[in-house]
Amino acid sequence: MNFEKIEKIPTRKGFGEGLVKLGEENQNVVVLGGDITGSVLTSFFKEKFPERFFSIGIAEQNATTIAAGLALSGKVPFFASYSAFSAFRNADQLRISVAYNNVNVKIGGGHSGVTVGPDGATHQSLEEISFIRTLPNMTLIVPSDYNQTKKATVAIGRMIGPSFLRFGRSAVPSFTSQETPFEIGKANILTEGNDVAIVACGTLVWESLVAAEKLKKEKGIKARVIDMHTIKPIDYNTIIDAARDCGCIVTAEEHQVHGGLGGAVAEVVVKNFPVPIEFVGIPDRFGLSGEPEELMEYFGLTSNTLINSALRAITRRDKGFDLIRHIKEINK
Amino acid sequence: MSEFIFSDLTFENKERPLNEFPKIALQLRKDVITSLFYAGSGHSGGSLGMADVFAVMYFGGLMRYNPSNWLSSIRDRFVLSAGHISPILYATLARAGFFPPDELKSLRKLGSRLQGHPGLDVELPGIETSAGSLGQGVSIAVGMAISHRHLDKTDQLVFTVTGDGELQEGSVWEAAMTASNFKLGNLCWIVDNNDCQIDGRVHEVMNIYPLQEKFEAFGFNVITIDGHNYSQIYSTLKDFKNNSSKSEKPNCIIAKTFMGKGISFMEDDYRWHGVPPNKEQAIKALSELELLEKQIIELNKIN
Ligand SMILES: Cc1ncc(C[n+]2csc(CCOP(=O)(O)OP(=O)(O)O)c2C)c(N)n1
Ligand SMILES: [Mg+2]
Repeated sequence: MNFEKIEKIPTRKGFGEGLVKLGEENQNVVVLGGDITGSVLTSFFKEKFPERFFSIGIAEQNATTIAAGLALSGKVPFFASYSAFSAFRNADQLRISVAYNNVNVKIGGGHSGVTVGPDGATHQSLEEISFIRTLPNMTLIVPSDYNQTKKATVAIGRMIGPSFLRFGRSAVPSFTSQETPFEIGKANILTEGNDVAIVACGTLVWESLVAAEKLKKEKGIKARVIDMHTIKPIDYNTIIDAARDCGCIVTAEEHQVHGGLGGAVAEVVVKNFPVPIEFVGIPDRFGLSGEPEELMEYFGLTSNTLINSALRAITRRDKGFDLIRHIKEINK
Repeated sequence: MSEFIFSDLTFENKERPLNEFPKIALQLRKDVITSLFYAGSGHSGGSLGMADVFAVMYFGGLMRYNPSNWLSSIRDRFVLSAGHISPILYATLARAGFFPPDELKSLRKLGSRLQGHPGLDVELPGIETSAGSLGQGVSIAVGMAISHRHLDKTDQLVFTVTGDGELQEGSVWEAAMTASNFKLGNLCWIVDNNDCQIDGRVHEVMNIYPLQEKFEAFGFNVITIDGHNYSQIYSTLKDFKNNSSKSEKPNCIIAKTFMGKGISFMEDDYRWHGVPPNKEQAIKALSELELLEKQIIELNKIN
C-alpha cells in the first residue's frame, strides 16, 4: 500500500454509479429525489433513467413512506438525502413503514459525519449507526471507500429487505480495488496480526491502516485491521476470533462513541469473549463548522489517536492478565 | 484588497425615509459576498435575495431589539427557519451592532460563532434558535408566538423567514394550521418566494403553488409583495405591527424575490443556491455593488 500517493475519491460517487449499474440490471429499481440529487449523486440515475426517477422535493418523511408504497407494489425504491435528514427526519417512517413492514426499501444516507465540513452540526449526522442498527429487519452498511460503496450499493439493491447505506461527501483514500471481495455481513480482514485488533468502519478504516503501519514500524506491534463495513448483521465470528487471538480491541468510527460500531462490537465481545475495548469516535457531543480534515483532527479521528488507543488497549489487557494471575495466586 | 475588509459601520433601527434602505441593503450584500468569499463555501443565492427584506425588517424601526441587552424579555423575536441563508442574518446582526462586523470573516471556520447553519450552542448574540433542518424554525416561531400571546400576554411580535422549497416539508403545514388555530396575530411568516431550490425551479422539483390561496385556506392574512420593493416591504411589515394586537389571524407575506439579486451573474439562477463566489467572482460582485452605490448616492442627491 502506498500511503503517500493514494488516490482520493468521494464515496458518494460509488453510490451514484452503483445505482446506475442496478438500474441497468433491474427494471424495477426506481430512485426518489430529495432536492439534493447532485449532492448525493442520484443525479447519475436521474440522467440515465428519467422515467424511473421521481422528484419528491424536500420531504424526507413523505419520500420514505412513498418508497414503502413502491416496495409494496413490487419495486426496488432507493431514496437518498443527507444522512441527517434520511435517517432522522423520517425516523418514525423508517421504523414503521419500512422496518416493521419489512419492505424492500433502500435508503442512502450521504454527507454523513463531520467530514461534511463547514455546514456544521445540523448537517453532521453522528447518531444514525446507533439508531438504524436497533431497527429489526434492517441491514446497515458503512462502506470505507469508493469501490466498496459501489459494491455495497449494488449488493443492497440485489438483496431483499430494508437497508441503509451510510456514506460521505469528501474525497477519501481509495484503497480497495474492483477485485476486493465484498459480501454483506462478512468483514474484511485487511492486515494480519495478533497483538491488537482494530475494528473500524467508514473513513476510519483508512486511518486504521495508517495506524497499523506505524505500530508495526515504530513499535513492532502487529495490529489486525478489520473493515467492519456491515454493522448489521454484524460479523460475530470475525469479532470473536479477534478477541480470542488479540486479547484486546480498538473500535473506530466517524460517529458518536455511544451505540455505534463500538457498541455493536462490545455487545458481541462481552457476551462471547470479554476483552478490553477502547472506543474511538465522537465523545458525546455535536459537531461544528470547519474543514473536514481539521474536524477529524479536532475530534481525534486520526491514526495517532488509534495508535494511543491501541497501546492503551494492550496495556489494559496485559495488566488484566497480571491481575488475573495475581488473583489466582492468592486463591491457591 | 480593501474591499475584503469589514468596516465597523453600523446602522440604527429607526423609522427612516425609504431612500435610506438601498444603501443598507447594499452593505448587507457586500457583507454576504465578502464573508462567503472568506468562508469558501456556503449559500450565496438566498442570502442575497433576502437582503432587501432584512434591511427593512431590522433597520426600519419595526422590530424591537436592543443589541446591548439582546436577551431582554420584551424583545420581538426573529427566527430564521431557512438556516442555510445564515450569511444574510449574520451580516444584518453585525450591522445592527450585535457583534463586531469583523467577525463576519470567521463564517464557517473552526471555532467560529458563525456556524454554517446557526447554532445556539455557540451563543452568538441575536440568534434565537439553531436552524438548518428545513421546516423546523417556523414551528419554533409558532411556539414563541403562543408563549407571548397566550401565556406571557405581551405584545411581542414573532417574525420568521422560510424558503419556498422549504414549504415542501409537511411539518410546515402543521405549523400553519396551528398558527391559525391559536389565532396567532402576532406571527409574521415571510416566505422567500424565489422559485429556486437546489435541484431547480420549485414548481418543477415539487409544485407548491398556488401559495396565496393555500395560506388563505389555512386561515392566514396573506399578502404577496415584490420582495425587492422597499415601499411594499415596509408598508406590509408596518401594517402587521400596527394590527397584530387586534388581529386573530396569523400573517403571511409572500415575498417575490430573485435568488442572487443584485449580482448580474447570479440573479435568478438556482445554481447559486449553495456556492460561494471565488476571488474573481467576489471582486466582480463587489465592483457591481460599488457602482450601484455611486448611482444611489447620485440619485439621492437629485431627490
Ligand atoms: C430537512 C432538510 N432537508 C434537506 C436539506 C438540504 N437543503 C438545504 S437548503 C435546501 C433547498 C431549500 O430551498 P429553498 O427553501 O427554496 O431555499 P433557497 O434555495 O431559495 O435558498 C435543501 C434541500 C435541509 N437543510 N433540511
Ligand atoms: Mg427558494
